[in-house]
Amino acid sequence: MILDVRLPIGLMFSIFGVLLAVFGLASDPAIYETHSLGINVNLGWGLVLLLFGLAMLVLALRARRSAPLTEERPRLHD
Amino acid sequence: MLIQLGIIDYCLLSVYFVFVLGTGFVLRKGVGGTKDFLESGRSLPAWICALGFIGANLGAQEVMGMAASGAKYGIMTSHFYWIGAIPAMVFVAIFMMPFYYGSKARSVPEYLKLRFDEKTRGFNAVTFACMTVMSSGISMYALATLVHAILGWNFHLCIVASAVVVLVYIFMGGLRSAIYNEVLQFFLIVFGFLPLVLLGLKQVGGWSGLTRQLAVVAAQNGMAEGAWTHSWKYTGHVASNPMGIEWFGLAMGLGFVLSFGYWCTDFLVVQRAMAAENMSAARRTPIIAAFPKMLFPFLVILPGMLAIALHGGGVAGFSLPSKGDSLNYDMVVPAMLAHYFPTGLLGLGLTALIASFMSGMAGNVTAFNTVWTYDIYQSYIRPNASDAHYLAVGRAATVAGIAASVACAYTAAKFNNIMDVLQLVFAFVNAPLFATFLLGMFWRRTTGHGAFFGLLSGTLAAALHHGLSLPKGAQGGIKGGWLSIVHHYPSEMAQNFWTAIWAFSACLVATVGVSLATRQRRSADELTGLVYSLTPKPKEENVAWHKRPAVLGVGILTLALALNMIFW
Repeated sequence: MILDVRLPIGLMFSIFGVLLAVFGLASDPAIYETHSLGINVNLGWGLVLLLFGLAMLVLALRARRSAPLTEERPRLHD
Repeated sequence: MLIQLGIIDYCLLSVYFVFVLGTGFVLRKGVGGTKDFLESGRSLPAWICALGFIGANLGAQEVMGMAASGAKYGIMTSHFYWIGAIPAMVFVAIFMMPFYYGSKARSVPEYLKLRFDEKTRGFNAVTFACMTVMSSGISMYALATLVHAILGWNFHLCIVASAVVVLVYIFMGGLRSAIYNEVLQFFLIVFGFLPLVLLGLKQVGGWSGLTRQLAVVAAQNGMAEGAWTHSWKYTGHVASNPMGIEWFGLAMGLGFVLSFGYWCTDFLVVQRAMAAENMSAARRTPIIAAFPKMLFPFLVILPGMLAIALHGGGVAGFSLPSKGDSLNYDMVVPAMLAHYFPTGLLGLGLTALIASFMSGMAGNVTAFNTVWTYDIYQSYIRPNASDAHYLAVGRAATVAGIAASVACAYTAAKFNNIMDVLQLVFAFVNAPLFATFLLGMFWRRTTGHGAFFGLLSGTLAAALHHGLSLPKGAQGGIKGGWLSIVHHYPSEMAQNFWTAIWAFSACLVATVGVSLATRQRRSADELTGLVYSLTPKPKEENVAWHKRPAVLGVGILTLALALNMIFW
């Protein structure tokens, strides 16, 4: 596999998450009153995206660590 | 309705473009020949193909169209999923994938050639190629129109930018690049629209609050209180539900003919499953896809229902833009985004929307370049050339397909009606297709002449039915009744479903008739792997029970049934 699709997905959503969460912390609370029922959705949803992105990255890295075993160094007993 | 974007919104949008193009750039190394470029090397795991399978279909027409229908017809729109897509996806996985993946065919038209004859393949290949170019052109046009309307960006710039981005990532990485981006876009849509549904539900007071508000909407339209929140209860009579269709037309027209026709024979989606690494993965692809697909109504239909509820109830200053003297339902999603998302999240929502347009285009372009290269160029223009030559042709077809899409987008902008007429013609061509496949795969006696003349009769029947009927309140012409009017349907939807039923039936009868009258030229040997009764069943001894298509399929159908009962 040239590229594990979870890698770009994980990276992109982590970046999205960090951008949104940081913006949520810094932004004027008034915008949430006019739009999102007073909830700071940027911070909250940013953290959700970050969590998802990190989970994808962990899965991709774990798969990468176990892949060379099967492809380049075949196990002795099979 | 103009939306002001902040710097953070532009940041999110740019990050997305960097990843889309970057993915294509990295994947360019994996393209060694036509098989890599057009079939993704048949090397992808089932879950990636599955998300590509629904991602390719999750174009903007789906996202914006389903929300519009949710506002217009309420929860009845879920029929497109729970009796439409889901059973069809299970069927294609269990019964049809063994032939698509197992035969030597590299595309749906090529299967038709192996099973029937050259003329049936040629007919399907040419109409399909035209259709993909048109759909991608219309996607492009819709994207540019929308972005121009809500963000005020330049129309021509939008067309060129979307064309270049899609071109670059397909040109570099081929089908694999398109599928990877569809997976990316799938998650983007889920995470981009979920907050919209959550915020809307919170404001309206949950499902019970929504039911109360929609009862008001139903009463305003002169229907029973639950007409917007029950999917089957009011389908006993055409006049008692907003869709204007009774249960038989719904189940047969939408559920059986249209949905099976699309999910089982449209190369755009089938191509994703054919890119899987092995037969087992190919068969699991549509089934794994069916799980998230089943939950999509909550993501794409609910925003429409929420929008009409909030508009009708006058809560919190939300209102839908109007178009003439009716509401502009197509603007449901943008209007909801602008209302509920503050700058920041708004960037995410718009990125998801733009991504859905682009993946709709990319899906069509990758289907086009494959059918063009294998079924038109290699078959009729220049057979027996080297693989490197066909790879170059595949790449050239990508450029040509996108150029033709741009031309279509401008045609749509200039002559709105011409595109509508063409789309109608292609709908006629597609409507009977499922009957041909059903007979071809399950009745070995079906002949090439039978298939070809069956398809022609089906198309003719569809055109005749459309020409003789008219939805209520419409003018004769593009909407129907261009021959003379013998029947009025209560809605356009009802007319569509019945056109499909007529086309399917005519194709079925004509195919059987002509097949019985002509000689089968294909021997049993030639039909092995193409017809159900002559093909050995895929072996499943080594497959764990929870990976067997039949087990998964039954599970999916049970869940779909449960959803139908809950929202009965």
